[in-house]
Amino acid sequence: MENPTYDTTIVRSFVNWSILWGLVAILVGVLISFQMVNPDLNIAPWFTYGRLRPLHTNAGIYGWGIGSFMALYLYMVQRLCRTGLWSPTLAKVQLYLFNATIITAAVTLVLGFQTSKEYHEMEWPVDLMIVVLWVIFSVNIIMTIIKRREEQMYVSLWYMLASLVGVAILFLVNSAAVPVSLFKSYSAFAGTNDANVQWWFGHNAVAMVLTAPPLAIFYYFLPKSTGVPIYSHRLSIVAFWSLIFMYLWTGAHHLLWTPVPDWVQTLAMGFSVMLIAPSWGSVFNGYLSMNGQWHQMKENYLVKFLILGITFYGLQTLQGPLQAIRSFSAFIHYTDWVPGHVHMGTLGWVSLVIFAAIYYLYPRLCGTELHSIPLANLHFWLVLVGQLIYSVSMWIAGVLQASMWHAINPDGSLSFTFMETVVRLYPYWWIRALGGVLYLVGVLIFIYNIYKTAAKAQPQSVPATENA
Amino acid sequence: MWEKKPVILLILATAAILVGTCITMVLPFVWVNTEADRITSVTPYTPLQQDGRDVYIREGCNNCHSQTVRPLVAEVLRYGDYSKSGEFVYDRPFLWGSRRTGPDLARIGGKYPDAWHYKHMADPQSMVPRSNMPDYDFLTEAEIDPEYSRKKMETLGFPFTEAQISSLEGKTEMDAMVAYLQKLGSDIPWRQSAKTEVVGELANPSPKDKAAIRAGQLLYADNCAMCHAEDLTGDIGPALDEPYLDDADLFRLIHDGIEDGGMPSFAALGSARLWQLVNFINYRKQP
Repeated sequence: MENPTYDTTIVRSFVNWSILWGLVAILVGVLISFQMVNPDLNIAPWFTYGRLRPLHTNAGIYGWGIGSFMALYLYMVQRLCRTGLWSPTLAKVQLYLFNATIITAAVTLVLGFQTSKEYHEMEWPVDLMIVVLWVIFSVNIIMTIIKRREEQMYVSLWYMLASLVGVAILFLVNSAAVPVSLFKSYSAFAGTNDANVQWWFGHNAVAMVLTAPPLAIFYYFLPKSTGVPIYSHRLSIVAFWSLIFMYLWTGAHHLLWTPVPDWVQTLAMGFSVMLIAPSWGSVFNGYLSMNGQWHQMKENYLVKFLILGITFYGLQTLQGPLQAIRSFSAFIHYTDWVPGHVHMGTLGWVSLVIFAAIYYLYPRLCGTELHSIPLANLHFWLVLVGQLIYSVSMWIAGVLQASMWHAINPDGSLSFTFMETVVRLYPYWWIRALGGVLYLVGVLIFIYNIYKTAAKAQPQSVPATENA
Repeated sequence: MWEKKPVILLILATAAILVGTCITMVLPFVWVNTEADRITSVTPYTPLQQDGRDVYIREGCNNCHSQTVRPLVAEVLRYGDYSKSGEFVYDRPFLWGSRRTGPDLARIGGKYPDAWHYKHMADPQSMVPRSNMPDYDFLTEAEIDPEYSRKKMETLGFPFTEAQISSLEGKTEMDAMVAYLQKLGSDIPWRQSAKTEVVGELANPSPKDKAAIRAGQLLYADNCAMCHAEDLTGDIGPALDEPYLDDADLFRLIHDGIEDGGMPSFAALGSARLWQLVNFINYRKQP
């Protein structure tokens, strides 16, 4: 069988752009973490916390997250299918549209054109751009899979396909709105219904954007980096189907104790706890693949990123179900605990796995070696420590805050006014900002390393001979 | 089989995704926002209130303030009656939020007088020292466009009068924001039903006690100074620097608040702290 020609420049371009948007997300994140301790850093009207926080989350999830996933899907699909892309032209269009969408989203959010729906703040014209972008992307991936020259579809392809259809369903329903003007619309749903639709979307965006794609990457790049296969194919199958079946029931765990019907909350709580099983199915599959290979943790910097990534996934999927239990939610919901949880998932699990994948493929696409492995190790430790400082300080702050909110004196009055609880959090917010700065430094080192690697690139991209 | 057929995998994955979706997301529409949920006293927003709501959305206030009180003891004590589904039927989108960097606002309506909100929005730290809320002074410079408001009310299908639209002329986004905040949570008469009454004789447990006066001073700075000024000379609220009421009546007033005068009830502070406040206000000048 002749060697297929893989389209590599498009993958590199997507990686470059996603890194840029990732940098924007982290810079804005660091800025708003300082705004929390010093309100003078809010520059009204464009750069207030209320407008920048959506910019931070959207640049992170869509610019850095989806941008990287697009790059990695385009990379993996060609190799797993042993064929070039169905349409390289469409992939180029996708790149331009992706950047146009992210730029439009960023500008409009700062200008205050936002819907208020978390992780879906963009107004309807941007939503339309996203729909077109997603269709272009999905068609190219699905058609490439259909014309593949490898009979069996590997695990990564299942997760990729599920995420393509999952995101489409979630996004279309939650976008439903009636426009009043070019940049203002009202949700098609009202009140309690709107809340339930939004968190069905919000939580499953976590499933379809921040779980399925990183799992696809993990299942591909762990064997690639270590040279050992995934431990159990059967476990992969069970984990995949139960994960995509169960996730969709859990959105209302964001709405415990609210006016959403109790039975919806109870189902969400039950399914959230059950989700531990499929999540840990993948975690065990990763760990058990390393049997007899744990020495690679010392020798192979990619393995550190991947194994720590899946470890944070495991912790995330234990902490998440815990938070979804009514009594615990009553305590920690609305506190700083929650951003601590979210950032373990995004900075720990998702980003570590993306870093590993980029470190793996970038030198190969450039036909060279990584500029510096010691710098990659430094990057690893900075982002690991930065993220731990962030999450641990926020968990402590959250518990402190919750205890103060709920504290009641013997005469039945509240022990603390709201401001008394806020003042006690300032030290933790400083510590969190420090964690963010460390993470930022780590990412700057990563960017430098990738830049130097690109500078060494051979003019001709290598013919693909590696096996899937 | 499905591992070799992408189209079949896509169909099966879609089916798997749709089961939970239909049961937990689609099915609740059968019950939520129906007649069973309806609360007759809950009304749609007026044009000015809806404009305020849109400013609230534009500024992303929901990133720091939630708008739903949970049925938990401390929460009901702090904010007021827990939220009911029927209170939100006109909310497009919902604004329940997910984080309380600032306090919940579901029951903020009627808690403070308008003047408090104008000052607080323009310069939060002047009212709440050490608050980390940004200034929203610029809202006073942005005027409302009445024609755009009309279009929004028509889109939402809310009733409005021409007088309401023409009265928007010259109003600013700050006026709209305050009107919106004052509407929040006040459609149901929860304040009346949650009201507690002081019964029996009221006797100051520690009149003129130095420690009580000192504790009262701290409480005053946190809870009262924003309206009655640090030196008790009055601002939004009246001056308190001259003898005002006797101990028992002052206690009752702080405990109950003055509903039509804009003074909130401070019953949640508990009687021990209320007496400390009384001691500070009435005896701070006495040797």
